[in-house]
Amino acid sequence: MKDWTFIVILSIVAMATPLAPILIGRLIGPRKGNELKNATYECGVETRGDTWVQFKVQYYIFALVFLVFDVEVVFLYPWAVAYNRLPLFGVLAGVVFVITLAEALIYTIRKDALRWI
Amino acid sequence: MPDLFTVIDDWLVSLLTGWGASGLILDIILSLIGSLVVVGYLLTLALFIIWFERKVVARIQDRIGPNRVGPWGLFQNVADVLKLMTKEIVIPSGADLIPFLLAPVIATATVLMLWAVLPFTRNAIGTDVSIGVLYLAAVSSLGFMSILMAGWSSNNKYALLGAFRAVAMLVSYEVPLILMLLIPVLLTGSMRINAIVEAQSIWYVFSMPLAALIFYIANHAEVARSPFDLLEAESEIVAGYHIEYSGMAFATFYLAEFLHAFTISALTATLFLGGWRGPFVDQVPTLGIVYFFIKSFAVYFVNVWARGTLPRLRIDQIMDFCWKLLVPVSLLLLVLTVIADKTALQFFSGYSVGGTAIEMLPRSAVLFGVNLLVAGIAVVSLAQQGRRDREADLYPETAVD
Repeated sequence: MKDWTFIVILSIVAMATPLAPILIGRLIGPRKGNELKNATYECGVETRGDTWVQFKVQYYIFALVFLVFDVEVVFLYPWAVAYNRLPLFGVLAGVVFVITLAEALIYTIRKDALRWI
Repeated sequence: MPDLFTVIDDWLVSLLTGWGASGLILDIILSLIGSLVVVGYLLTLALFIIWFERKVVARIQDRIGPNRVGPWGLFQNVADVLKLMTKEIVIPSGADLIPFLLAPVIATATVLMLWAVLPFTRNAIGTDVSIGVLYLAAVSSLGFMSILMAGWSSNNKYALLGAFRAVAMLVSYEVPLILMLLIPVLLTGSMRINAIVEAQSIWYVFSMPLAALIFYIANHAEVARSPFDLLEAESEIVAGYHIEYSGMAFATFYLAEFLHAFTISALTATLFLGGWRGPFVDQVPTLGIVYFFIKSFAVYFVNVWARGTLPRLRIDQIMDFCWKLLVPVSLLLLVLTVIADKTALQFFSGYSVGGTAIEMLPRSAVLFGVNLLVAGIAVVSLAQQGRRDREADLYPETAVD
């Protein structure tokens, strides 16, 4: 409990630290907006169409592969902490887990799903 | 000789108990003082490291760098901050105001929060939680959110494209990063940062050089600086996700980037270069802070050096480098390390998993051998792949695909 007090307090201070200069900037900086100044920056050309559109499915593939790996690695952390006390068999079980994951990676690479287009 | 930080801590505790504070109130007051010290020192440091980086990059490019304001231009950044404060924060029309202003705040806050578990000396650590490494992994991945928030809320197509690209890259490099973060945990048997530092009687960079290299490269990509700086591309997406930011909102993003670069150097120094360890640190614990900063700045110099000299990569090259080289190599390294380590433990009697540098020598030698082997396999397979690619270019009709 004592350990986490510091993290809570630090996160509050860490949020306040960058917020303060932005608020000061809003207060003492000029605020003279006009239609041209506030227009979306596109190298002088007027923007067309909607910005908030659906995006490419390619990003989802990377997100999915990332999710598989990230969640898997989180499972590996307890194994790593216990590693020094584990017998060879317990370590091999972890290795099999990693190899299963590697198999999925090889499959994705062979399917050419991880090529950036 | 007692540690300076312990003395200050004891004095504060006795002073506050004398004033009637106890229990949770005492913890909160102490944490508040600690956080203010950490944040204050980081902000001061930021002014210095930005100056340091500008000077080093200037020297690399055969310039002098900032040299007008203050001695050797040291106060240039103070002047820049004051100037930016008086500039307007332009909010583009159609922007989503709350995420727009919150994004730079989160970018900086996540970097500052990483310092909660980094030890300066044996006792000068914010909080030595038992899941320190997991905390680092969790907080560092919060940073992506700020980039996506900035890109999405700006209502600008360049910003959105830049944010998509950036997040795709950062998310990819998170995988080798977290895999290699596993190595110190594995060798130490604890996720406590101070335990990892104390276990390094032989620095992990000597026993696991490849792991340290991959960790460093992945971290370098996390900061998204050259050669991984595809957030900014003048000819395609201009300034990327922070294109619509101006004034202090932009300065906060800038601050977050530089602080993050120094933080990853400090992380590498702590996890692989022995953190506060050094000669006489047992007799004079306060010396640890000197060693910590020497190591951090050594790593930071390499970071600036890479940024100043290497050309940038295309996004497909960056993604291939991560998914087709770094991730397989880290998985192979992880598997071979645990197998070799456990087998050696079974068959050699003098094999020790902890203790002094002499006792750790056999283990380090075995692990170093594994690293060399994996590096060799990686280089040979890269060379073969390169030859196949060249042959496919030269004789397209005979290429078997």
